[in-house]
Amino acid sequence: MNDERLGFHFDVDGTNFTSAGQASVEVKKNLRQIGISPEIIRKVSIAMYEGEINMVIHAGGGTADVYVSENCVEIVLRDEGPGIANVDLAMQEGFSTAPDNIRSLGFGAGMGLPNMKRYTDEMKIETQLGKGTCITMRVFF
Amino acid sequence: MNVRDLAEKLELTAFALPDADRTAEGVYIGDLLSWVMGRAQSGQVWITIMSNINVIAVASLSDVACVVLAEGVTVEESILEAANQRGINLLGSNKPAYEIALELSRFV
Repeated sequence: MNDERLGFHFDVDGTNFTSAGQASVEVKKNLRQIGISPEIIRKVSIAMYEGEINMVIHAGGGTADVYVSENCVEIVLRDEGPGIANVDLAMQEGFSTAPDNIRSLGFGAGMGLPNMKRYTDEMKIETQLGKGTCITMRVFF
Repeated sequence: MNVRDLAEKLELTAFALPDADRTAEGVYIGDLLSWVMGRAQSGQVWITIMSNINVIAVASLSDVACVVLAEGVTVEESILEAANQRGINLLGSNKPAYEIALELSRFV
C-alpha cells in the first residue's frame, strides 16, 4: 500500500554546489537506522547522490523523495530545469554537458546517469525540454 | 590495521581522525568523484588529490576507511569540520599517490 510507505523528503539547493550530497548522507543515516542492509544503502545513496549532483549542475536544484516499502526503496528526483535533450546520449558513459568549473571539482565526467542506472534495479526518466525532469529509481531488497 | 596505526607508520598528517579505530583493507586511487563512488569498496584507503567538500560526501557514501590527500594537498577548515561531523578520517602526505600506495601495501 502506497499510503503506508515510509518517506523522506528533501529540497536540493541548486545554488550551492558544495552542499550537494547532504540529502544522500541523510538518507544513508535514516536507512541505517531502520535496519536496511549496507549493500542496499550503498546503492540507494550513490544513485541519489549522482541525482543530487545532476540537479545542482544542470537544473538549479529540485526535490528528492525516498520511499521505503516492503520490497524496495524508491527514489524520486524532480526538477524544473531545462530537461534532457537526448536521453540515449546522456545515458552513455563519458557524455557530459557540464561546464569546466564543475569538472575541476571532480564531477562532470559523464558518469552520473550511467551510475544511477548501474546502482538501481529500475530507472525511469521522464523529461520535457524547458519544463524539467523526473527520475524514478527503485532498488529491490 | 586500524587507521590510527596506519597514520603513524606512514607518518601521515592527521587532518581529522574521528574514527581512528576503523580497520583499513585495500587501497583505491582516483580523483574523478563519480568514478570513485562507483568503484571504491567499503573499508578501503582512498588516495586522491581532490580536497573539496564533495570528497567528504563521497567518502561517506562509499564508506571508505579513510581518505589520504596526496602531494601535499591542503584542506580548508570547513572541510575538516565536515570530516569530523560525518566521521570521516582525513589524512595527508607530501608524497605522490603511487608512493603512498606502495607503502600502504605493506600494511593493508
